[in-house]
Amino acid sequence: MRINRNISVLWLMIAMIIATISLSCERKLDELKPVSYPVIPEVFIDNFSSGLNYAAFGGSVLKAFDVDKEVTYHNSEASMKFEVPDANDPSGAYAGGVFFTSVGRDLSIFDALTFYIKASQPATIDVLGFGNDLGESKFQTSINAVSVNTSWKKVIIPLPDAKKLKAERGMFFYSEGPENSLGYTFWIDEVKFEKLGTIAYPRYTIQNGNNDVQSSFVGVNMKVGGLSSIFNMPNGIDQAVNISSAYFDFISSDESIVTVDENGNVAIVGGPGTAKISAEINGKKASGSLTIQSKGIFMPAPTPTANASDVISIFSDDYPNIAVNYYNGYWAPYQTTQSADFYVNGDHILYYTNFNFVGIEFSSPTMDASSMTYLHFDVYVPSNLTSNAQFKIELKDFGSGGTGSYITSIPAASSQQWVSFDIPISSFAGLTNRAKLAQLIFSTTTTGFTGFYADNIYLYR
Amino acid sequence: MKNINITSILVLTLFSTIAISSCKKDSKQNLANRNWQLVWSDEFDGLQGSLPDTAYWNFDLGNGDNGWGNAELQSYTKDTANIRMDGNGHLQIVAIKSGTSFTSARITTKGKFEHKLGRIEASIKLPQGPGIWPAFWMLGSNIDSVSWPKCGEIDIMEYRGQQPNIVHGSLHGPGYSGGNPVTKSYALSSGRFDTDFHLFAVEWDEVKIDFFVDDYLYQRVNSKDVKGDWVYNQPFYLLLNIAVGGNFVGFPTSDTPFPQTMNIDFVRVYNKIK
Repeated sequence: MRINRNISVLWLMIAMIIATISLSCERKLDELKPVSYPVIPEVFIDNFSSGLNYAAFGGSVLKAFDVDKEVTYHNSEASMKFEVPDANDPSGAYAGGVFFTSVGRDLSIFDALTFYIKASQPATIDVLGFGNDLGESKFQTSINAVSVNTSWKKVIIPLPDAKKLKAERGMFFYSEGPENSLGYTFWIDEVKFEKLGTIAYPRYTIQNGNNDVQSSFVGVNMKVGGLSSIFNMPNGIDQAVNISSAYFDFISSDESIVTVDENGNVAIVGGPGTAKISAEINGKKASGSLTIQSKGIFMPAPTPTANASDVISIFSDDYPNIAVNYYNGYWAPYQTTQSADFYVNGDHILYYTNFNFVGIEFSSPTMDASSMTYLHFDVYVPSNLTSNAQFKIELKDFGSGGTGSYITSIPAASSQQWVSFDIPISSFAGLTNRAKLAQLIFSTTTTGFTGFYADNIYLYR
Repeated sequence: MKNINITSILVLTLFSTIAISSCKKDSKQNLANRNWQLVWSDEFDGLQGSLPDTAYWNFDLGNGDNGWGNAELQSYTKDTANIRMDGNGHLQIVAIKSGTSFTSARITTKGKFEHKLGRIEASIKLPQGPGIWPAFWMLGSNIDSVSWPKCGEIDIMEYRGQQPNIVHGSLHGPGYSGGNPVTKSYALSSGRFDTDFHLFAVEWDEVKIDFFVDDYLYQRVNSKDVKGDWVYNQPFYLLLNIAVGGNFVGFPTSDTPFPQTMNIDFVRVYNKIK
């Protein structure tokens, strides 16, 4: 078989023609750009670059930063010096601050912020980054735990999607506390944005990379979480980078059910129905998703009728609640119950999922329920109960009262509706005194009773 | 109809020439035209998960002597975890870390395809990370009788995973081997060899060997420039492998991502047509 070079040349030409066509299209679009900010790569080379300001973070040592002419990279004229305080330094607990400009800069042609760093001793710097402008800090980007030592080394912080950085004011920021309670000094020099072209394989995640499914109702708001990114650096090593939600383009598969804004704020607007939230950055899909199963309009629990003066409330929007240590103790090792509490139309709801048992504690201070006669709570089981579910309620007294328990059943017919319980406290077998009540425990041994909403948990007389 | 097509091609060609001359900084190389005839190739079109064709390839196995002469850490296997077709026309060699040890694969055409002179090329997408050392290379077929480095070694492409934008082309022979080869590097100014396929080639005649990346000549070694014998007028065989650690590359660190895969689209060998 004979390979004819002319043919490959022709193909190359065709490829070039195609490249040219797309190039010229891009340029035309660029010309339509209404406002443009200056392209200035330098942040600090031997002095503050044009328009650069500095402000220290609150609680930090205000004078931690200074321009240094002694210790500089490659004997250049000046570097930035940062003095980290000792622990308990009265002038501040840490060194931290922001270098920002008053006029934005166009960083869209760059792919990294780079600088050189050295320190008076080996140390691990807490946070270094850019995109903090002391305001919205919309595109804040940072790396954590940066190892430094007494030799200069280059640090590279990738720009996740430079296309979005057309008017950035946050040029650099840092935050570092004492190492083993002791202060030290580090220097940073030659801070600039660069186009390296050697950062590869960006990987993005939302919801920590999980494909989460959550049931919810119209009116509930939540936020896409678990955002992260990893880049393969010019030395072939993976680097985790903290990036803000604004870098992500969030997408809802059905905006009539669920909407999501550019910051990942999710609003359930319709249903019953299902919508999946996914995300991408610069056209690259993030792993992980959030699927919302909207059950439509939320039906609130019945409004309580007891007089407020006759009530000690643990959880309700209709009475003032006592101090509660927790609504889910996550008691190891046997508890499987998780919480997915939600807030809908002004109403807080406890939602226990994967239910076996769960404890609510109100021990600081304990509750004197001596004059109370009933325990009230409302329960809604969102799944279909197949048989009569056993529901066990325990009240625990941290004084001499011991633990009282009461077992009831929830008929299958009461699935997917609010059921109100009013249990005489005298029915709690074993509870001899209730002057120092401290815990309320729900449990079940019934299979199929996998979770429930709860509201209006209170004692009354 | 035909005329219209021709006109539009002419216009577009003119347009592209203007755009390229204004945008592209790389100088153009003027190389003498050569005609090549394909004499051997493996396009790696096998079924997904299958091993490379044993009519063409041998598997080097195990740890070798002193880590294959270079204090390399990996043990070579012929497991499909370490070497396999991807079913899309690529051969994959995969370096795997398990605990503190490493496995990988190395294949050779020794005794199956040995060739002298011509153009030898492979299209490869490289792996990355500190201590990762992939190579596309050749050894003199007389290695068992005269031993290394007298047999000669042509490293068409070597690469250190901690420098994913740089490849190296080298010759090892008597008097210029080990840490002292005839060698040159080629770096991408804005890009990496592990994100896309690149074409690595040598063009080899009686008196010289030219090294190419993506058809860009970056090193010419003339026989008279070599401080030692020119041992390249005899057949050589081909090798493909990923080493982990070793004298050339240094050792993997806890930050080296594993597994690491080298994707090979094809290996082709041509003779020059006079």
